[in-house]
Amino acid sequence: MTVMTYRQALNETLRAEMLRDEDVILLGEEIGVFEGSYKITAGMLAEFGEKRVRDTPIAEEGFTGAAIGAAMLGLRPVVEIMTINFSLLALDQIVNHAAKIYGMFGGQARVPLVIRTPGGGGQQLGATHSQNIELYCAFVPGMKVVAPSTPADAKALLLAAIRDDDPVLFLENLALYNSKGEVPDEDVPAEIGRAKVTRSGSDITVVAYSRMAAVAGEVAERLAETDGIDVEVVDLRSLRPLDRDTVIASVKKTHCAVVLEDDWLTYGIGAEIAATISDGAFDWLDAPVRRVAMAEVPLPYSKPLETAALPSADDAANAIRQTLAAVSRRA
Amino acid sequence: MIDILMPRLSDTMEEGAVAAWHKKPGDAVALGDLLVEIETDKAVMEYEAYEAGTLHEILVPEGDQAVIGEVIARIDDGGGTSAASAPAPAETTVPTAEPASVATPADAAAAAGSPTPAPTARRDPHPAPDRERVFATPLVRRLAREHEIDLERVAGTGPGGRIVRADIEDALAHRRPDATEPVAPQSTPLPIPKTSSAPDLRGSTAVPFDKTRQVISRRLAESSSTTPHFSVTVAADVEDLLALRRHLNDLSADSERPKISVNDLVVRACAIALRNTPGVNASFSPNDRGSTLIHERVNIGIAVASDTGLIVPVILDVDQKTVSQIAAEAKELATLAQEHRLSAAQLSGGTFTISNLGMYGVEQFTAIINPPEGAILAVGSALPEAVVRDGTVEARHRMRVTLSADHRIIDGALAAQFLRALKALLENPMTILV
Repeated sequence: MTVMTYRQALNETLRAEMLRDEDVILLGEEIGVFEGSYKITAGMLAEFGEKRVRDTPIAEEGFTGAAIGAAMLGLRPVVEIMTINFSLLALDQIVNHAAKIYGMFGGQARVPLVIRTPGGGGQQLGATHSQNIELYCAFVPGMKVVAPSTPADAKALLLAAIRDDDPVLFLENLALYNSKGEVPDEDVPAEIGRAKVTRSGSDITVVAYSRMAAVAGEVAERLAETDGIDVEVVDLRSLRPLDRDTVIASVKKTHCAVVLEDDWLTYGIGAEIAATISDGAFDWLDAPVRRVAMAEVPLPYSKPLETAALPSADDAANAIRQTLAAVSRRA
Repeated sequence: MIDILMPRLSDTMEEGAVAAWHKKPGDAVALGDLLVEIETDKAVMEYEAYEAGTLHEILVPEGDQAVIGEVIARIDDGGGTSAASAPAPAETTVPTAEPASVATPADAAAAAGSPTPAPTARRDPHPAPDRERVFATPLVRRLAREHEIDLERVAGTGPGGRIVRADIEDALAHRRPDATEPVAPQSTPLPIPKTSSAPDLRGSTAVPFDKTRQVISRRLAESSSTTPHFSVTVAADVEDLLALRRHLNDLSADSERPKISVNDLVVRACAIALRNTPGVNASFSPNDRGSTLIHERVNIGIAVASDTGLIVPVILDVDQKTVSQIAAEAKELATLAQEHRLSAAQLSGGTFTISNLGMYGVEQFTAIINPPEGAILAVGSALPEAVVRDGTVEARHRMRVTLSADHRIIDGALAAQFLRALKALLENPMTILV
């Protein structure tokens, strides 16, 4: 085990995979000479050269399409889209090509492509650069979407994504890049589509992913101390495939749930989780599933407004308390 | 709105009938006002209002029954028609422009007020479609199905009165047998003789069971079918006992003291015999793979034939009372029993029962144990018999007493020891008095 940041874990894992497999190549804007907007590709150009580390024009549809073609012909490209907001420009390539080629053409070609991209607000980057639109990809059959919340998962899921034969959107988060944690020294890929109970508890299930999974862990520890509430945290880790079984098993144990999500409430990931719980654990539910999500506004640039619009640890704690207040005996 | 629930008025009560309403809808109800008379398995009792207001509606009309905890009426305490519990707190979870999107329909409906249910539909097993919905979580509904709990009888403490798991767990806990008092297991209904469509050639008239008869029928069938009874009889020479009784009553003829009956002496003799053989002053308990509950106090029930059937008031701590105290108390209880005025306390706590049919000239009989007690004594008549005494035949009064005992906790030898002690007391009656 080595303690490192989420950013470091990604950088070291990318390098290790580049060393392990010559077919792994990197494409993206400013990833070479500039070493990436968030320095995930630091040192790559120097070590692996221009052939395997390609700085691209500002043309997401173009380089994503090029990567899909390369993947079909046997390479394992890892594309960096600077922020998930710019994936909108590549959405046709992702939705209509990466996700569909394997199925539409009778399995003649697979698309072992990874699109790394950070989401998240809170950095005062304005409404168009602060979104959480992983749902757009998670919605599409043929895509896989993973979302690590810790440095260890960043490593394990990146290993799994690069070695997977299908297109994977690898969701990073601006607020997590500097978070630290223990990372195993061995290269053990995660199983894509497997959620993790990161904290076992008996009173209530909190389902989250990416940044909100980290928030869930903090809130759980805080509530154990201040309120004596025993929270079970389920970190989804993968939005597609979705590990419904782990969520359902947890709710069957605790009888109530709160979903934390950084995206918007209406039609969001939390809605899918709530429906999953309703389908699989209806007869075990003792309270309606609550969701904590971002305010339904374009995220403001103003710091106080931005803070107010984003879901916070306090919002999560209140939702947990309110849900438990509804199921416990009141004097 | 305040719910008036069917109260638990005796320890064996499971349901009660509304004997009479003393208020009608619209009447003002003050604290302590006589609201309703409830007929239990044991007696008719008055029930006073604990809350003031206006009687809003009666849900169980006179003559109808309700189980303990069922709402029998509602009192409007000025809170209008809104539900007792406050609406759920405003949703503050989601900082969203559309807070209504996460409010639950249950909260909204409860806050909006509840329609008045039709009283006649209350105990219909197939609820009328317009009936007020019981709000309960899916978990509660599943538990209710599994444990056959009627959710209408569970009070909800969740938002808008929603029944949550904590509420139903209370209901389940109350169902468990009391740790100190064994409860006979729920017996399956007795097989009812098949009614054929052939005409009844017996000229029958059905006399519906009243409350007392229902309880006798249920409890004694249960006792008889679930308790392994055996009986032991002994004949006691009561010549001296009868003489002593005459003598005592002659002495107190001009005083205020009550006349002493043979039964009063038998009651006191039993108390002393029970003290000497505590294993008979006991109950079977199913807890912890079965145990014998030995009772510290000797509380003897006396079977009384009232016009509504058998009823068993209890004299507490008989072993610590004099014969005249017992006589006075027995007389008082018998009078109250005839007037159906026995209180729950006067019918509770028995550890042993005596049934005496001596006054009918019955020679001997066996009785069915009064659950959850462990034994019952059936007392026959004191009749003159030809008895061999010192080699000659003499006419002496003898009385046969038969102990029926629960073989799970009392063996034949123990029953015999009790009867030997009792016989010795009856044959040496001064020992009953001292």
